[in-house]
Amino acid sequence: MVYALLQRLGQMLFVMFGISVLVFLIFFATPGADPAARIAGRNASPEVLEAVRKSFGFDQPFYVQYLTMMKKIFITGDLTSFVNRGWKVVPAVLDTVPVTLSLVIGAAVLWVVFALIIGIVAAATRGSWIDKTLMVLGLIGISMPVYWLGEMLNLITQSRYHDTWMFSWVPPLGYKNFSDDPKGWFLTLVIPWITLSILYIGLYGRVLRAAIVESLQEDYIRTARAKGLSETRILLRHALRTSLVAFVTLFGLDFGALVGGSALLTEVVFGLQGVGKLTYDALLNLDLPIIMTTVLYASFFVVMANAVVDVLYMLIDPRVRTA
Amino acid sequence: MLKVRDLTVSFRTEQGIVRAVDGVSFDVGEGELLGVVGESGSGKTVSLLAVMGLITDPNAIIAGSIQYRGRELVGLKSRAMRELRGKEIAMIFQDPMTALTPVYTIGWQIAEQVLAHNNVSKSAAWQRAIDLLAEVNIPKPEETAHRYPHQLSGGMRQRVVIAMALSCNPALLVADEPTTALDVTVQAQILDLLHKLRRNHGSAIVFITHDMGVMAEIADRMLVMYAGRVVERGTKQELFSSPMHPYTRALLDSIPPLTGERPRRLRAIPGTPPNLLNRPPGCAFAPRCTLRFDKCDTEPALGSGQRAAACFRVPA
Repeated sequence: MVYALLQRLGQMLFVMFGISVLVFLIFFATPGADPAARIAGRNASPEVLEAVRKSFGFDQPFYVQYLTMMKKIFITGDLTSFVNRGWKVVPAVLDTVPVTLSLVIGAAVLWVVFALIIGIVAAATRGSWIDKTLMVLGLIGISMPVYWLGEMLNLITQSRYHDTWMFSWVPPLGYKNFSDDPKGWFLTLVIPWITLSILYIGLYGRVLRAAIVESLQEDYIRTARAKGLSETRILLRHALRTSLVAFVTLFGLDFGALVGGSALLTEVVFGLQGVGKLTYDALLNLDLPIIMTTVLYASFFVVMANAVVDVLYMLIDPRVRTA
Repeated sequence: MLKVRDLTVSFRTEQGIVRAVDGVSFDVGEGELLGVVGESGSGKTVSLLAVMGLITDPNAIIAGSIQYRGRELVGLKSRAMRELRGKEIAMIFQDPMTALTPVYTIGWQIAEQVLAHNNVSKSAAWQRAIDLLAEVNIPKPEETAHRYPHQLSGGMRQRVVIAMALSCNPALLVADEPTTALDVTVQAQILDLLHKLRRNHGSAIVFITHDMGVMAEIADRMLVMYAGRVVERGTKQELFSSPMHPYTRALLDSIPPLTGERPRRLRAIPGTPPNLLNRPPGCAFAPRCTLRFDKCDTEPALGSGQRAAACFRVPA
């Protein structure tokens, strides 16, 4: 078990190194493009171009350039954006991380809890009208685009019905730091959490129901019935437990991607300065250092989330532990 | 103790109603071992699943009567059935590889059943699980109890399933081809084990198999099923020494003799069992029977005695 964990950790570091090299090569070694010109931004003066060349070591071999870049991002943290005139990139990215984490973790809690409830209830009542209703609701949740849903909720809670008793508690758009104002943090995030989680509640609820219904066909469920266990116990202890693998796999992938910037649409709709929003703005300005840093950050997060999922697998499924 | 009368299990399908079990009757006495033989699809498993109340298909229709110690099981409330199941009537399944939940230790799974039916502490249930593992000859039971199903061989897993079935000292044990999925050497060990347990616990056993060799070893009385019906019944000695139904005879011809000259090829039964969806009139075995004559176009009845066969060639 410990060995498997260490091995997984080693693999994770190796993959991260590989990603950093790949990202570096894409941005700095693409033939026919001058990285200095791109980092310096549009209409840069020759002096600025020269400064960029020196600062990133473009007159030196690739491996030196790679090491310089990694040093700037991970060790000294003094990577600067030339498009945004001397803006320090690393602190800018780090500032956005808590916003995105707050948004995604909160939404993840919501979607895991509700998806579990929906999946279990639908599987327990499979074939009945309750099951059918839940599955249709899930499908509706999956089909609603997040930007549309977000704008609709904004319309309702921020303007139309803001002054009624129902939504007067909703604060204006924006993010409040948890450390400054925990209550404000919570209230500003409630609507974004709901918006972001609805798609996943529908998706995960349906996936879980399908997995449970499939497990219920297995031989060991018949054994459990032959043991004289109650249907509830069979459902929760035997069928659900063995169905969690699919659920956890999906969760790791989606969570990693969302923290890595896929929550962009939700962030834009609710005016949250998260990683997705930062990347989006950098893309509009062609701000190469920021793009590179956020791409690295995002891929690292996906890799880490996957490593966490693998550890969870070991906890859920004893067969993985010995493999 | 178990009295099954005119048990019929049919399944509604898109093509029509399939009668998997058709008017089956049999008795099992206290401590007796009843062997049920028949090829795949003969209805032997389905009829015993009906006894266990384990037919969960919403398209199944169960008719007839199953009496366990005077209690009617057909139509019994699921709660009452659940209390009986696992405690008084237990079951051993065909494939030990898939019969255990993969994510729990075997000790946990045995203790779970003990806890479900007895008012004991968790540690007492665990101790009972270890004792049971020892009883079914699993080496180092304390350690093995902490293992997961995938860490054990097929024979070991079948022992675990048997230990689980025995955990509440059931009066009736239903074993559905418990040796079919195992190696021949392991089969012999499992059969020995069942023998021993039967002596120690005094449970009655209904043993399903399609292996006449296994039957010869363990059964007291036998039931031969074909196409959802009982075609012959009697004691083991009667069936083996003087089979009455041509199907039983054909089954016996398909095992190699232990003594005397071996035939160059074993005799196989030509043809396949009838489609239960469109059951032709008359004897179901007639199309494959070498002894058929014009009377076989009508359905032969099974006599009511302890020794009976459903065939017109047999003097009633």
